[in-house]
Amino acid sequence: MAAKNDTIGRTITVTVLLCVVCSVIVSAAAVLLKPQQLINKELDRQSNILAAAQIDYKGQDVQKLFAEKIVTKYVDLKTGKYVDKPATYRDAKRAAKDPALSTALTREQDIASIKRTADVMPVYLVSKGEQLEKVILPVHGYGLWSTLYGFLALEGDLNTVVGFGFYSHGETPGLGGEVDNPKWKALWPGKKVYAEGSMEPKLGLVKVAVVAGAPGSEFKVDALSGATITSNGVTKLVQFWMGKNGYATYLTSLKAGES
Amino acid sequence: MSETRDMIVKPIFANNPIALQILGVCSALAVTSNLNTAVVMTLAVMAVTAFSSMFVSMMRNHMPSSIRIICQMTIIASLVIVVDQVLKAVAYDTSKQLSVFVGLIITNCIVMGRAEAFAMKNAPIPSFLDGIGNGLGYGAVLLFVGFIRELFGSGSLFGIEILPLVTNDGWYMSNGLLLLPPSAFFIIGLMIWLMRTYDTSQVEAPDFVIAKNSQKEAF
Repeated sequence: MAAKNDTIGRTITVTVLLCVVCSVIVSAAAVLLKPQQLINKELDRQSNILAAAQIDYKGQDVQKLFAEKIVTKYVDLKTGKYVDKPATYRDAKRAAKDPALSTALTREQDIASIKRTADVMPVYLVSKGEQLEKVILPVHGYGLWSTLYGFLALEGDLNTVVGFGFYSHGETPGLGGEVDNPKWKALWPGKKVYAEGSMEPKLGLVKVAVVAGAPGSEFKVDALSGATITSNGVTKLVQFWMGKNGYATYLTSLKAGES
Repeated sequence: MSETRDMIVKPIFANNPIALQILGVCSALAVTSNLNTAVVMTLAVMAVTAFSSMFVSMMRNHMPSSIRIICQMTIIASLVIVVDQVLKAVAYDTSKQLSVFVGLIITNCIVMGRAEAFAMKNAPIPSFLDGIGNGLGYGAVLLFVGFIRELFGSGSLFGIEILPLVTNDGWYMSNGLLLLPPSAFFIIGLMIWLMRTYDTSQVEAPDFVIAKNSQKEAF
């Protein structure tokens, strides 16, 4: 290589030019592709909500179906009332980290190891006429390696599970990753969250095979074999979000027809 | 013409970046648990190696040697970001599965290795082809490993069930080890053994000869 390239002036010129060119290319790619990426992200979220609500979206226009079937509302977790979408609100993941939009949990409250909860959470409602058919609640909690993000859908009685699924997690494939197994997900529909007259969540995963029809079986789902910590995480996140720091207040007032 | 062909075909078997040069093994462990991600990763790496080699080669006569590695890294990193953005826009589901590994192409030794070893000394077009060839070589290994891991680990290929799993009322008990990254070590190791048995010219001379044990120990 010629020595003329190794002068200080040359070095600086090459560096600056290279950086300018590269940054223009990178920013152009980011800006130009942003709209498509946002659409993809939104589609992904919508299809996950539809999947949790057991609405078949395969081969259909997800956006149209979502707009037709689902109403998005925002709930203040403390009062259980619907509120307007906060101005700075962008998504649930970010809201849970933003000190202005979330509350820190104490050690006793934080059974799902999520540290903070957003004050306002989106909920998705499916109605038939005036009758509330399904309500889909976003939930998340810590498993073994990662935070699991998912949707839990309840029927109009606000107690029976319609469907449950995670859209983002980093659990071990084949073990904890089996939370994505359709066979396991099929165990959830029909389970009950609360015992009659109580707002303490009872639903959870158990290690002993669940016998259908046995007393209490409606509160039990088979745990994932080889994935104790993920299974515990799932139990805890269900209990947290269905408990009084989660959606219990909202569900109570919804049941009373106040919201 | 045959030279061009050599440039593309040779890295697939005779001079495979993973099997012979032992570069880029890290990501080969992570993304081969199923074929879908392996294919997308191959395309991503191929695009990055080809274009980065081309750009590095275009700049090779103007690059001060004191900062050449940084310059190469800048080009590679920019290309990786572009590829990542494109993936997020066109193949969102796969990009979600690949997650950080697309970003980690930046540290994939194949890309740097080809930029430094080949592109710095050759014209842009051969460098581009060299990049394609090495991307294909990387891809060949990824597909081979991914094929074995997905078939025996999840009983499927490209997500389509081939061996019905016990968990889905079939007969095949999946091998959980194959879904974990270390299994790729075994498969790549066996593959290198196979390749070197077939093509003995790939066997390297030992770095040192183990001295004969002449001392008789008293037991």
